[in-house]
Amino acid sequence: MTDGAPLLRLREIRKSFGTFEVLKGVSLDVAQGEVVSIIGASGSGKSTFLRSINVMEMPQAGKMDFGDFHFDFRKGAASHPTKVQLQKLRAEIGMVFQSYNLWPHMTVLQNVIHAPMTLRRTPRAQAVEEAEALLARIGLYEKRDSYPARLSGGQQQRVAIARALAMKPRLMLFDEVTSALDPELVHEVLVLMASLAADGMTMLLVTHEIAFARDVSSRVLFFDQGVMAEQGPPDRVLRNPESPRLRQFLHRILHDEMTRTTEDQA
Amino acid sequence: MNGSLLQDIAAYGPGFLKAAWLVLWLTLLTILVSWACGLLAALAQRSDLRLVRGAAAFYIWFIRGTPALIQIFIIYFGLPQLGLRLSPFTAGVIALGINSGAYVAEIVRSGLSAIHRGQTESALALGFSQSQTMRTIVLPQVFRIILPSITNEAISTLKNTSLLSTITVVELTLYAQTLISATFRPFDFYIAVAVIYLVLTTVLTQIANWGERRYARLS
Ligand SMILES: Nc1ncnc2c1ncn2[C@@H]1O[C@H](COP(=O)(O)OP(=O)(O)OP(=O)(O)O)[C@@H](O)[C@H]1O
Ligand SMILES: [Mg+2]
Repeated sequence: MTDGAPLLRLREIRKSFGTFEVLKGVSLDVAQGEVVSIIGASGSGKSTFLRSINVMEMPQAGKMDFGDFHFDFRKGAASHPTKVQLQKLRAEIGMVFQSYNLWPHMTVLQNVIHAPMTLRRTPRAQAVEEAEALLARIGLYEKRDSYPARLSGGQQQRVAIARALAMKPRLMLFDEVTSALDPELVHEVLVLMASLAADGMTMLLVTHEIAFARDVSSRVLFFDQGVMAEQGPPDRVLRNPESPRLRQFLHRILHDEMTRTTEDQA
Repeated sequence: MNGSLLQDIAAYGPGFLKAAWLVLWLTLLTILVSWACGLLAALAQRSDLRLVRGAAAFYIWFIRGTPALIQIFIIYFGLPQLGLRLSPFTAGVIALGINSGAYVAEIVRSGLSAIHRGQTESALALGFSQSQTMRTIVLPQVFRIILPSITNEAISTLKNTSLLSTITVVELTLYAQTLISATFRPFDFYIAVAVIYLVLTTVLTQIANWGERRYARLS
């Protein structure tokens, strides 16, 4: 599609909480339409990295280019992002969380139209029409007037994805979006994400679903103690890991998965 | 009772009604002032600025640690010494509103802390500003949560309007007192005042219950 410039370019992103450095200079280019999976042990900085991209966490150093946004995160830098720039940036980057975080005082439909109506000034009729098309796509059109509390976890997570899509983002970030779900509800959410990927949506996702990462992503990143320790096409990274730490990690996660399946069967 | 009840109602009913009406107005305006003060103080307590947090903490500490009557006297009798003279009605509304606001602030604060962080995160991640998030996502949920406590506070406010008899607001209590000094029937008239307060507080409670049920259906 776009030859040359990637959609997202990150250079030497650094983030510390107090004296604890969580991201130790991470760089990444993501091309339009790419699906990038991030794996790594708990605490390795995956979420913090994802949250740096829409600047829910403000990095202390590094540079970012995304569309018309060019940020330098160093304190005092001329292109340090302003509040308003951050709001505009976030409007173009969708993010879905582990805990779906739907707004309980609004119906499914209201959840989906709230952002486009408020932030894009989309007329109500148009916002509703677009939201209903999205809800039809995720198979929840009938639930449009229900409150989130009446929905299963998997349904809530799909609505959360629709809510993000309603802003027509150019990039979607998913942070372990199936981790809080009952096993039997994981599938429907993964199916939706796979169909987004097939439609050409650029996506970055943190996941423990190794099979999904293998099947859907164009690239897999392995995070280890705040650095991107290994990256490449899923076949190589997941089947022939170079570093012993990645091998260990995959071994452990596959072992866990196996025990889980046996427990389910028992 | 001297004379028949009907005669009494005909003679004093309109006066009591007028006083009750005044109490309703006092209460309504006081609630508005107290919600404004309470919301402001609760938000100020979460401010990044230490001075703002300190001011809110001082306000709550001062109000909760001093009698409402003294606060009323400070506003009505005290402020004129500094050149600010308020009518009894205005002074009453402001004093009671500021008083109740400190309690409302604590209620709002507990409501705010009951809202999961993910609620604001998901809004901010979509590009909402802090204030849009507060207005459209957080506060509507807080209001539903605190409705029962805020009703109790409104009922206290309603009853506290009787304190304003001390600064010559002719609400129910003072009106009764003027009748008593003329008729020497304290039992009858204080009971009448009590009955009217009961009616008012019961109606207020019913309205709040209705609101709560309506919200319960909506989720
Ligand atoms: N707001 C914060 N304040 C302080 N420390 C934090 C904060 N957020 C994250 N951390 C710390 O940074 C480190 C990396 O956290 P992060 O959430 O990015 O890890 P992760 O790879 O997503 O882990 P998990 O798989 O458990 O989600 C952890 O040690 C965490 O405790
Ligand atoms: Mg995480």
